Amino acid sequence: MAQVTLRKVVKMYDETPAVRGIDLDIADKEFIVLVGPSGCGKSTTLRMIAGLEEITGGEIAIGGDVVNDVPPKDRDIAMVFQNYALYPHMSVFENMSFGLRLKKVARDEIRRRVNDAARILDITELLERKPKQLSGGQRQRVAMGRAIVRDPKVFLFDEPLSNLDAKLRVQMRTEIKKVHQKVRTTTVYVTHDQIEAMTLADRVVVMNGGVIEQVGAPNDLYHTPQTKFVAGFIGSPAMNFIACRLEEAAGALRARLSDTLSLPVPASRTARYKPHVGKSSLLVGLRPEHIREEPRHPEPDLHLFEVMLDVTEPMGMETLVYFTIEGTEICGRVNPNAGAADGAKMRLAAELANMHLIDDSTGKVL
Amino acid sequence: MADIAVPRAGTAVGAGGRASLHRLMQRKSTIAFLMALPLILVISLLVAYPAFYSIYLATLNKSMERFVGLGNFSFLFGRETFWLVVKQSCIFAITAVIFKALIGFVVAHFVHNIPAKGQRKWRGMLLVPWVIPPAMSTLAWLWLFDPSYSAFNWILAIFGIDPVPWTGNAHWARFAVILVNIWVGAPFFMIMYLAALKSVPEQLYEAAAIDGATWWQRIWYVTLPMMRNIIAITALFSLIVTFANFDIVRVLTAGGPLDYTHIFATWAFRVGIESGDIPLGASVSLFMVPILAVAAWFILRDINQRGNEA
Repeated sequence: MAQVTLRKVVKMYDETPAVRGIDLDIADKEFIVLVGPSGCGKSTTLRMIAGLEEITGGEIAIGGDVVNDVPPKDRDIAMVFQNYALYPHMSVFENMSFGLRLKKVARDEIRRRVNDAARILDITELLERKPKQLSGGQRQRVAMGRAIVRDPKVFLFDEPLSNLDAKLRVQMRTEIKKVHQKVRTTTVYVTHDQIEAMTLADRVVVMNGGVIEQVGAPNDLYHTPQTKFVAGFIGSPAMNFIACRLEEAAGALRARLSDTLSLPVPASRTARYKPHVGKSSLLVGLRPEHIREEPRHPEPDLHLFEVMLDVTEPMGMETLVYFTIEGTEICGRVNPNAGAADGAKMRLAAELANMHLIDDSTGKVL
Repeated sequence: MADIAVPRAGTAVGAGGRASLHRLMQRKSTIAFLMALPLILVISLLVAYPAFYSIYLATLNKSMERFVGLGNFSFLFGRETFWLVVKQSCIFAITAVIFKALIGFVVAHFVHNIPAKGQRKWRGMLLVPWVIPPAMSTLAWLWLFDPSYSAFNWILAIFGIDPVPWTGNAHWARFAVILVNIWVGAPFFMIMYLAALKSVPEQLYEAAAIDGATWWQRIWYVTLPMMRNIIAITALFSLIVTFANFDIVRVLTAGGPLDYTHIFATWAFRVGIESGDIPLGASVSLFMVPILAVAAWFILRDINQRGNEA
């Protein structure tokens, strides 16, 4: 059993706070991804769990034991680094067995464990090679193998895929997920790539400016973000934010985006949004996938409007269209056969059931 | 690769010698050779010519009138002092290089761990012994070692210890020249090792820390293997320079007492210049070549093998 618990964890570099008091409970065998932009404190948090950074304040516990003053080697963790950190003068076998050899594990046992890990990662034929003779993806596997043979309580991954090219990254992402299915171990994984976070995690922790913005399952973060930051960070292309004014007319609410365009708020949201009528700092949040071409058959909660397209970006399976409302550039995703063209007029449909209302002054999703 | 001609329109139809000269000038290898020519000239003038001239000199008799072949060498082999010098040169060079490397390594670690702000100052100060011309700094050491008025013996006297004949006794004199050589040479090792230490990725140490390596195991399994090449090159380079050392021994003991601190260069000077037997002096100095060549071969071979891994 290895839960990891963070209680009001703070990290200061001199006077600058990197992590400002985060609380997090990671369950046994859970795959947690810390995601956020550079400088949000995600790597620092991971390194504090590893014991590579001192904890300025608060408490970190692994498997119930507070480890604040326990050196890395006694925390029973394994870490995969961004640049793999393989020992260049050792063979793959020696790299993977280094920790066990230091612990004076019996030779047969070492060989058995390394072979098992190599089989899981499909690197058996590489065991005698030196890291220099391996490709990026193979090095990545070896780095993971080094972690697996230790059979630790917790796996820590520090942006392990960011040194790989795009294609290999996708491949290794799946690989990591498969490994976690085979070797069920509590895992904390740091990345700045929200797609990696969404695809790998049981739960995603979105961090920004040294605090946790939101913790949740990938789909929860996507569908019900709690802050503007999370709404904008999760999803690609990012969510559109359009300034609006909430108006009430005959018991129904409308979000007015411009003099000519106002969107009807779905009836189910009326009660929730009513207190905010007339506020000045409101934004409508609408994902590009919820702005699409006019459907052939009418659907409920769709609002049709006509725009002048600025730019279109054909992606093959879909076409991204960009247009402007009151100076804000907005992105929509339409069927490639819908006839979108640069500079042309187009009728689009907004799926308002998926809209979000955000108070820009507090950054909260209402 | 270097022989690929730079393609140029028109050279193919050019007529006669001028065109071929032109083509020759366009070759990358020709350009490379011409650019290296000044250095080649300097080396052949200042290194190759004296080297071959000393080989020629070593085959002459004392008055440099008669060719004696290997006569000088067989004469040397029969002399006890020669073997004493061989032994002393080896003791001098090997002991000094080992201690320079050890001290350099330890000091480099300390300096590496000083916060970046103060590091420059320390680096600068620690380099001073290496920067001062050794002939000058050795003069200061000569005063320090003076048997009757020196600081060392004065300090020993405070503790009630009898004065030490630093340069008067064979063992103490050897100790003194080696000590000064270490003092002069250790900063070079320090700066080389410091650069090597800085190039070891921090994450390797972090990985080792997580793997459970102690402080000592991190040095043994990470630092030393990562620095292997630099250690080897620095040791080889220093071995050559130390073996060929002249100024420190010359100023501190001039080879005495009774030739017990002579090394190849100082003895070659004594025999060749001071005693006027230039061919014999040349033979002595030539003896350094095979010994150093063997050392260089061993160490460079190891670097080639290691170089393919890093």
